[in-house]
Order: sequence, then structure tokens, then C-alpha cells
Amino acid sequence: MGETVQKPTVPEQAGAPAVESTAGDREPLLEVDHVTLRFGGVVALNDVDFTLYKGEILGLIGPNGAGKTTCFNAMTGIYQPSEGEIRFRGERITGKKKHHITKMGMARTFQNIRLFPEMTALENIQVGADAHHKTSVISALFRLPRHRREERDGIEKAERLLDFVGISGRMHDAARNLSYGEQRRLEIARALATDPVLLCLDEPAAGFNPAEKEELLQLIRKIRDQGITVLLIEHDMRLVMGVTDRIVVLEFGKKIAEGLPAEVREDHRVIAAYLGVPDDDVA
Amino acid sequence: MTSVREWIDSGRHAVAERWHNAPRWMRWAVIAAVIVFFYALPNREFYQWLGPIPTTGSNFGQVLFTVSIYVLLAVGLNIVVGFAGLLDLGYFGFFAVGAYTVAVLTSPSSDLKTLWPWLLALPVALVLTMVSGVMLGTPTLRLRGDYLAIVTLGFAEMIRVAATASDFLKGQRGFNQIPHPPGSYSDGKPIFGVLDPRPYYWLVLTLIILVVIGVRNLNRSRVGRAWISIREDEDAAQLMGVPTFKFKLWAFASGAFIGGLAGALFAGKQNFVSSQNLELLNSIIILAAVILGGSGNIVGAIVGGGLVAYLIERFRGIEFFGVELYEYRFMFFGLVLVVMMIFRPQGLIPNRRRAAEFKDRRKEVIVGG
Ligand SMILES: Nc1ncnc2c1ncn2[C@@H]1O[C@H](COP(=O)(O)OP(=O)(O)O)[C@@H](O)[C@H]1O
Ligand SMILES: [Mg+2]
Repeated sequence: MGETVQKPTVPEQAGAPAVESTAGDREPLLEVDHVTLRFGGVVALNDVDFTLYKGEILGLIGPNGAGKTTCFNAMTGIYQPSEGEIRFRGERITGKKKHHITKMGMARTFQNIRLFPEMTALENIQVGADAHHKTSVISALFRLPRHRREERDGIEKAERLLDFVGISGRMHDAARNLSYGEQRRLEIARALATDPVLLCLDEPAAGFNPAEKEELLQLIRKIRDQGITVLLIEHDMRLVMGVTDRIVVLEFGKKIAEGLPAEVREDHRVIAAYLGVPDDDVA
Repeated sequence: MTSVREWIDSGRHAVAERWHNAPRWMRWAVIAAVIVFFYALPNREFYQWLGPIPTTGSNFGQVLFTVSIYVLLAVGLNIVVGFAGLLDLGYFGFFAVGAYTVAVLTSPSSDLKTLWPWLLALPVALVLTMVSGVMLGTPTLRLRGDYLAIVTLGFAEMIRVAATASDFLKGQRGFNQIPHPPGSYSDGKPIFGVLDPRPYYWLVLTLIILVVIGVRNLNRSRVGRAWISIREDEDAAQLMGVPTFKFKLWAFASGAFIGGLAGALFAGKQNFVSSQNLELLNSIIILAAVILGGSGNIVGAIVGGGLVAYLIERFRGIEFFGVELYEYRFMFFGLVLVVMMIFRPQGLIPNRRRAAEFKDRRKEVIVGG
């Protein structure tokens, strides 16, 4: 979705040896560069450092309170890192406005669903689509051609996305009247409507039964197949293993492991974190 | 009580259902009939058949003019409070800016001695009110909730104090001989004179129709969606790419524009503007009108503004056990508001969304208690 513009003008690396081979051409999309974030005395993120490459599905896992959501909040501009910085598409986003970061191509969902409850499913998605619309107040006031055109585009996009996430029947229902699972899907559709390069999902499968989880995995893969990079927060290990290319593990605000799902699963610190065994007992 | 309310509700739903299922032409016919009714209303030949509706204590045409000004104000404030969810307690301040700009530019009592015609002063008044809206909004719209309410309250009070105390704004002596809007009949008599209030009412009515069309267009565009998303969840709106500050400022500026328009029309009719016109209570009355009618709904704002202003005037000259009801008008509205908050917090003609928001809150209260 429109990311060809961003391709750096580096000449083809004909003779260069592949240093790392895990994720294709490994063009960095998001760099979390030694980020520390404190809330008063609480260190929610402690020198967290990882890179997200274009086209991959990266899992961000860790026990409750590890700092995963805080990491999303720092990326999307809700919190500013106390130290370190975050770069998106090579640009420093620390200090940028939230809506500006969205326009740059980062979209997210929320752990506790935050739709606009009294707006219809259609309107919720239209708000997302409006992120790239240029209709001015004047052209809306007089219903000028641009307003009509963008309004039509927004509705078409909404129809397409509702179909894509599988809730096309609920177009004209208020978001609050959708079932829990439908609301989660609508949130994904609303985020996709902003034409993201990177989609961040915060525990999208929370509260799902195994069948629903499986459907969600398929949806995430489908999103990746559209060329969208996905950052997935999840604390159900099995779910993450099935869909992610790589995994970053947080515990108490610190990165304790990073690697392929198979590697991470074997990592003794990860096992300890998930089983709640104190570090020194394992080491 | 509950059953009465349910009965009323079901009736209203039936009407709403009918309305939405009616063919387009029929809806237009109804709207046209309503508009014709209101254009005809100030004529004695017409209103003499309406029983107790016309006011007895004062000229009905004059009352209708006042009512129409309040309707315009309610439509404007509804953008700010109803759509964008910004609590503005000083909305009447914009009315004052509009009225005073016209007064200063046109009145012979003004120090400027520009003596402009009304029509030339009007656009200046509109631009100035919008600018004052932006100036008030720029520092304050980053604040949320209570702070905004207090700052806007302060704004209106500041304007009142300035008008009372400053020599330039003439205090209670005010500005007189403010010119009327232009136009004359074929026999050379001016349309907008001193004796007949009806042309002013018709002018305001026409402007209300235009303003309502504009506000409706805004509400059904990305602008309206942005406002409602801000009202429902400001953080989520920002994260979905809504430049919330910009659209809040637009809500403020559009509201201010309409308030300034009402003020300029008032000045052009009244001939005289002084600090006595600037009661703090007016801001509260308009807010009460919006809440009474149904915050977030244009028709609700029109009905609320019309009803509140009309009832105030209707009380004039009516005695009840030897007490002049007009003296107790504000107590009455306080009472009505309290009763509304208990039994129908979403207003008489609620917005579909806001009604549900209120229902949720009611549930929370019950569950919490
Ligand atoms: N706004 C905040 N103020 C204070 N502490 C916070 C705030 N947000 C998060 N925290 C703390 O930061 C830590 C990480 O929380 P969070 O990122 O929500 O964890 P996770 O999403 O991994 O479960 C927790 O200890 C939490 O209490
Ligand atoms: Mg979380």
C-alpha cells in the first residue's frame, strides 16, 4: 500500500554478502533505539532496543505488565521516551503529533477496544479513511466535488474493509451493538482504513476461543500478504508461535530475548519469565 | 411516570419511523409546510386563529424576532457542545462581539465616527467574532473538560466587564442610532423600519434556514465525523489520524460565527446596544436550550432554543395568584432543567448517539450504586 515511494536509492547489492538472511532484504521499517520510559519511579521500558523489518510479522510478547502496551504507546506518540528515540521509515518520530504519525503509515488497535461506540461500523472506518482525505471545511460546507468524491471513496473503502475482516453485514449498526469479536475486527478494519505500512495489534485475540483465534491468525496473514508489516502483541505463546516471523520478549520493561519463534521458545529466560521462576534459580 | 415516558417514547419512535420511511417528496412537503407556517406566523390574519399561542403581554412579531435570535444561537452552540462535546459556558460572548462590532462601526455615538452602513459592518463583525473564537480557542482547546468551561465563562464575563467599564464601549449609556439593514419597498418606504418587527424576523428566519443547511452539510462530512469522534474518544480519534485540535478550533470558530451573526442582526434591529444586553445568564439560557432540545441534534437545538425563548416571553404579563410569572422565569427554567436531568437527560429530541451515551451513564450509575 503505497510504500514504493519510501524505497531508499541504494544501488542493488550485487556482490555484498548477505550478513543476515532471516527476513529477505531486511529493510528496517521501525527502529526502537534504546528506549527508556519512566512513570515517576516506575520504569515501564528499560533500554528497549529492537528493529522491525519491512514485510515481517514481529511478535512482542511478555507477561502482564511487561511494558508491551507502553511500547505501543511510545511508538504512536502517546508517551514520549525518557531516553532513546524511535524512528519510523527512517524518520525520528519522537515528539511528532499522534495524527501525524498515523499519516506516516502507522496504525494500531487497542488492548481494551476503543471504537467510537455510537458511530456505525461504516462511520468508524470512514474516520480512519479520512486520515488521508483533504476535504476542507469550506468544501464540506458547500458539498464541493472533492467532498463528494472523497465521501464516495471512503464508503467504498469501508465496504471493502468490512468484507475483508468478515463483518460486511454490520455496516449500519452502531459499533456498541456489535459482538465482542466483531468489535475487535472492526478495530482492525478502522486501522487498515488509514492505509498503514505498519499495523500494530495489541492483544487482538484476547478473550477469543481457539476457533476464533485461528480465524484471526488467518486474517493477520492475509494482512501481511497485502504488503503490510505487522507488530503483534500477544501473551498466548502458542498463538504467537504460529504466525510470527520473529519474536521480541519483554519482562519488567526489559528485552530478555529476541529471535525466531523456535529459538525463543527454547530460551531459558523466556521459560522462566512465563513460568514465574525467579531468574537466579535458572541461571 | 415510567409508563408515561415509555408511551411518549414509543410515540416518538413511531413518528421517527414514519418519517424515515416516508417518500422523499413527502418529507420535502412537510418541511416546506413547516417553513411556510413560520413565515406566516407573525401575521395577525394568521395567528389570530392559533388560540393561546400568540403572546398577550407584548407584540407577537417582536417576540418572534427574539425567539428566532435564540434559535440561531442554539444552533450555533449546538455545534460546540452537541457535536464536538466542548462545554462552552460563555457562548453569549460571541453574540456580544458581533453586536458591539456593528455598534462601534456604525453608531454616531462611537468614537470611531466611521458611520458605516449596517451591511458593510456585518462581514467585519462576522470575521471579528470568528477571530475572537480562534483566539479564545487556541490556548484553551488543548485543555479538557472543566478547564474549558471555566475559561469560556471567564471570556464572556471579561467582555461584559470591558463593555461596562471602558469609555470606548460606552458602558450602560451604550451606542444608539445603529442603522438598520438596507432595502426599501417599491413606494420608497424602508423594509427594515422601527415599527414593524416582522421583516427582521423574516430575515433571521431566512438566515436560520441557510445556517441549518450549512451545519447539516458539515455534520454529514468528515468534519462532523471528526467532531463526533472527538466527543466520543479524543485519544482514539487522534490515533486514527484526526487532527483534533484543528477540528475543535473549527467547531469553536463556526459556533462563534453564528453567535456573531445573531449579535449583528440584533444590533441592526435594536438600534441600541449597551452593556445591559450582556447578562451572564444569557449564556446559560442558550446552553439550557441546547440541552433541553437534545444536544447533538440540529432539530433539537431549534426546538430547544425556540421553546425556551418563547416561554420566557409568554410569561410576560401573566399573573398567577397576584404574582407576575415573568419574575420567576429563571427559577422555572432551573426547575425544568433539574426535572429533565432526572427523567430525560438526553433532551426532548435527542440525537440517536447521545441518547445511547446517556443510557450507558444511567446504567453505570445504577450498577455503581
Ligand atoms: N500511564 C501510566 N502511569 C503509570 N504507570 C503506568 C502507566 N502506563 C503503564 N504503566 C505501568 O507500566 C508497566 C507496563 O504496563 P503495560 O505496558 O500496560 O504492560 P503490558 O501491556 O505488557 O501488560 C506496568 O507496571 C504499568 O503499571
Ligand atoms: Mg498491555
